[in-house]
Amino acid sequence: MRIFIMPLKYKIIWIDAVGCNGCSHSFFNYPEVSSFFESFELLYHPLLESDEFKIQNCDVLIVEGAIKPNFLRLGYDLNSLITELFFKAKKVIALGTCAVYGGIFGNGLMFEKESKGKFYKCRNKIINIPGCPAHPEWLAYVLNMIKKDKNIVLDEFNRPVEIFSYTSHMGCTRNEYFEWKIDAESFGTKEGCLFYFQGCQGPFTHSSCNKILWNEVSSKPRSGTPCFGCTEAMFPKENLFKTETFMGIPANIPLGVSKRAYLTLSGIAKSLTNERLTKKLIECEHEDKQKNN
Amino acid sequence: VELYFKKAVEEPELVDYFMRVYLSNKEIFNNGCEGMLCVSAFVTEIMIFFEEGVRKKELKNQDFFAAFGLFMGYIGGLAFLNRENILGKPLEEYIEPVSENIYNALKV
Repeated sequence: MRIFIMPLKYKIIWIDAVGCNGCSHSFFNYPEVSSFFESFELLYHPLLESDEFKIQNCDVLIVEGAIKPNFLRLGYDLNSLITELFFKAKKVIALGTCAVYGGIFGNGLMFEKESKGKFYKCRNKIINIPGCPAHPEWLAYVLNMIKKDKNIVLDEFNRPVEIFSYTSHMGCTRNEYFEWKIDAESFGTKEGCLFYFQGCQGPFTHSSCNKILWNEVSSKPRSGTPCFGCTEAMFPKENLFKTETFMGIPANIPLGVSKRAYLTLSGIAKSLTNERLTKKLIECEHEDKQKNN
Repeated sequence: VELYFKKAVEEPELVDYFMRVYLSNKEIFNNGCEGMLCVSAFVTEIMIFFEEGVRKKELKNQDFFAAFGLFMGYIGGLAFLNRENILGKPLEEYIEPVSENIYNALKV
């Protein structure tokens, strides 16, 4: 006789601190969301029907949104609520840039922008997944690793290196334009790099947006919008659609390269011409001919 | 400015070559050495020099070539006038006033 044992579901409490619920909505777009619920149970989620909220033990506490003093949530002072739940959870995920660094609304769990935050001392329990919003696949990856009891290698900001060792520049379909220093003259075009004028922060933003695509289809730079650096501590900066320059030179240059090396390489590339990249990728000759006829 | 003027005096053929051959016969450099490639190291250093000045809020933030033209055109012009024996004084004596004029033109 074979005995079937139903595997226990991992219990999650998902708290919305001070934020916009964007990370929740992002996660609802996870393509495998239905199979996700075969392994995980949400004891509480602010947007989904669940039992009445109570402070209880859980496998994973997910905090979405920033923390802030004197802010009421679920009948508790927010900071006290998160502190109590923090110590009842086996693991804590700070989900989204607000929960990780503070973002627009307040402070993060482990960081206040780039400084140490309230829960920094308890960092061994925290996994940070920044992003505005965080990509659903990133959260799914972390939860599945926790479920399988696998070691998640983290960087100095407690971000999973599997996701955040990349820059959003890596995998960008505009990389050839970046190499040859050909600028995009406006948003939404297929051609040109968005780094020089349009404010793209991809070369210095830790994120895998161009490796793990959004809705499995695209990313901001691929569709002609600059990367806003939303996974970084200082997000949001001012003038997201304009590259800050000093005497025409980008104020922020790609990670890991000296200014001299970058300018040397750029100068050489700009001096030379790649004829192919100076043209439209798709010339609509057929349509033009039809119009002329 | 000092470095450039000293080079112009000690190795005038360098400046002559740059002005009379390199800048005037660009078509011979069309195959893989277009633009300012042969002087890119010099341009890079000027870029860094200007960029750091702006970052320290000492120089006005403007288009690089607007500033570079003012700098390069001015000192190149003086070197050219010197080679033509038009200047009233030795080139070295212009280092101080030319440097000051450039600084005054570029500062915030």
